[in-house]
Amino acid sequence: MKVSMDDTDKNSEAQQSYTLGPLQSGPHCCDPRPLISVTDLSLHYGAKTALENVSLDIYQGCITALIGPSGCGKTSFLSALNRLTDMLPGCHVSGRIRFNDLDVCDPDLDVRLLRRDIGMIFQKPVPFPLSVRRNIELPLREHGMRRQAEIDAVVQQVLQDVGLWDEVKDRLNSPAQALSGGQQQRLCIARALALQPKVLLMDEPCSALDPIASGVVEDLILRLQGRYTVVIVTHNLAQARRIANYAGFLWMRERTGRLIEFGQCRQIFEAPAHALTASYVNGERG
Amino acid sequence: MSKDFLATVMIWLTALLISGFFLYLLTDMLIHGLDRLSWAYLLDAPLDAGRSGGIAPIVTATAILVLIAIIVAAPLGLATAVLLTEFTRQKSHFGRFVERSLDVLASVPSIIFGLFGNAFFCLFLGLGFSLLSGGLTLACMALPILIRSAVEGLRSAPDEYRLAAAALGMTRGAALLHLLLPTAAPALAAGLMLGIGRAGAETAALIFTSGYVDRMPESWFDSGRALSVHIYDLAMNVPGGDASAHAAALVLVLLLFTINSIAMGLTRRWQRGRIHSL
Ligand SMILES: Nc1ncnc2c1ncn2[C@@H]1O[C@H](COP(=O)(O)OP(=O)(O)OP(=O)(O)O)[C@@H](O)[C@H]1O
Ligand SMILES: [Mg+2]
Repeated sequence: MKVSMDDTDKNSEAQQSYTLGPLQSGPHCCDPRPLISVTDLSLHYGAKTALENVSLDIYQGCITALIGPSGCGKTSFLSALNRLTDMLPGCHVSGRIRFNDLDVCDPDLDVRLLRRDIGMIFQKPVPFPLSVRRNIELPLREHGMRRQAEIDAVVQQVLQDVGLWDEVKDRLNSPAQALSGGQQQRLCIARALALQPKVLLMDEPCSALDPIASGVVEDLILRLQGRYTVVIVTHNLAQARRIANYAGFLWMRERTGRLIEFGQCRQIFEAPAHALTASYVNGERG
Repeated sequence: MSKDFLATVMIWLTALLISGFFLYLLTDMLIHGLDRLSWAYLLDAPLDAGRSGGIAPIVTATAILVLIAIIVAAPLGLATAVLLTEFTRQKSHFGRFVERSLDVLASVPSIIFGLFGNAFFCLFLGLGFSLLSGGLTLACMALPILIRSAVEGLRSAPDEYRLAAAALGMTRGAALLHLLLPTAAPALAAGLMLGIGRAGAETAALIFTSGYVDRMPESWFDSGRALSVHIYDLAMNVPGGDASAHAAALVLVLLLFTINSIAMGLTRRWQRGRIHSL
C-alpha cells in the first residue's frame, strides 16, 4: 500500500497520515460481485429461534448496513458469517453461507483462516490488556509472522491507516487500555486490518463513542470502502444512510428475527418496498 | 445520612476488630516466643523433645512437604481449572458435577484426608510414613482450593477477550496463554497462597502420613515433622514447651507472611511486565 492523498476528501488535512491509498471503487460503482452469499440462514439459541430464513448477498468492496430494532438478530447474523457462533453455548446455525466458493458452515473448515479473512469489530472496543504495539503484534505472531522488522512495519502501516499513528506513536509501549474509547475502537480496527482481511464485520462500532470519535470512525469506514468489504450493524439510521451502499432491514416477527427487505441503500431509505421498512426508516416504528 | 454514618461506624468497627485480633495474636506470639528466637534456633536440631535446641529439621521437613504439595497440586489444579472453564460448557452436567465435588472436598475435615492419605499413600502405595506421603496428602487437600480459585480467576477474565481473540483467528490456547491466564494471574497467585497456607498450617493430616520424627530428613522417603505438628506436640504433650511452641508458631507465621508478600510482589511485577512482552 503506498502513501497517497485524496484531495477530494472532506477533511484532507486531518487525514494526512492515512495511507489507504486511492479507493479502488466508489460508492456507486462497486463491483456487484457477491463475495458472501447467505441462503436460508436460520440461527437458534437452544430452543429459541433468533433468525429465520435470511438470504442475502454481500457485495465485494461495498458497505452493507444492517438495521433493525434491538434483539432482531443482527449481532447473531454477523457472528454466523465468521463462525463466531461456534463460541456461543447452545447456538446452532443452519442454512448455507458461501464465502469465495468456501462453505462457511462446513464443520471441517479451518475457522482460523476464515476468521483471518473475515475480521470483526465489536460494539464495545476490546483492546487486549497489552501495549498498543502488542495488541497488533499478538495476532500477527499467532498467524506466523516472525520477523520483528516486518511486524513493526505492519504495525505502523495499520495505525496510519486508521489515523492513529500520530496520536500513539510516542506511546506504542503504553497500555492500550489507557487510550480513549474512540482510539481503542480504531486500534481494534487496525488490529483487524493487520491480518489483511477481505471482509470486516462491524457490530455497532460507533455506538459506544461520542459524536466526534464516532465521526472519525465513520470517516475511516468510508475510506475502507472499495478496499474491504464491510458489513456494518448500526442503530444510527443517518449513519447507515451516509455510508452504506446496500442496506438490509431486519425485524422481529413472532419473536424471531427476519430479513424484511434488502437492497440498495438509497432504495431502502427513499423508496422502501415494504411498509414495515418505510415506517422504521421514517422513525415511526422500532 | 445517619444510616450512612452507622454503616461507616460498623465498617470501621469490624475492620478494627479484625486487625485488633490479628495484632493480639501476633503480640502474644512475640511476647512469648521472641526470646527463644535466634539464628541458632533456626539452625539447630531440637533437644529435650523440643524444649531447647532449634527447629532446623522441622523447617526443612515443612519446606519439603509444602514443595511436594505445590509441585503436584499447582499444575494439576491449573489444568483442571482450564479444562472446566475453557473446554467444558459451563452448564454441562460433567462440569457441574466436578465443581460440586470440589466444593465438598474443600470442606472435608483434614483428619479425613489424613486417614485417606494413610490408607492410600502410606499403605496401599507402600510409601510408608514419609514426607512424600505427607506432601501428596497435602496436595489432595490443596487441590480443591487451587482449582476453585483458578476457576474463579479464569471466569472473571472477560468473555470479550475470548471472542475478540477468536475473531482474530487466534486459537483458544493462544488466548488462554496470552490473555486469560495473565488476567487471572492475581487470582491464581492468591489461590496458590491459600493452598500453601493450608498445606503449611496442616497438622491432623500429617500426623497420619508424614509422622512426627524430628530428625533431619535425608530424602523424601524419610518421615519428618512439620512445623504445625511440632507446635501441637510442644503445646500439648511436652510440659514446659510453651516458649518453644510460641517461637515455632512465630516462625511459621513469618514464613507464610514472607511467602505471601513475595508471591504478591512477583505477580504484580510480572503483570506490569506483560504489557510489553508476549
Ligand atoms: N448467547 C446467547 N444465548 C442465548 N440467546 C441469545 C444469545 N445472544 C443473543 N441471544 C438472543 O438472540 C436474539 C438476537 O440477539 P442479537 O444479539 O443477535 O440481537 P441484535 O439485533 O444484535 O440486538 P442489539 O441491537 O440489541 O445488539 C435476542 O433475542 C437475544 O436474546
Ligand atoms: Mg447486537
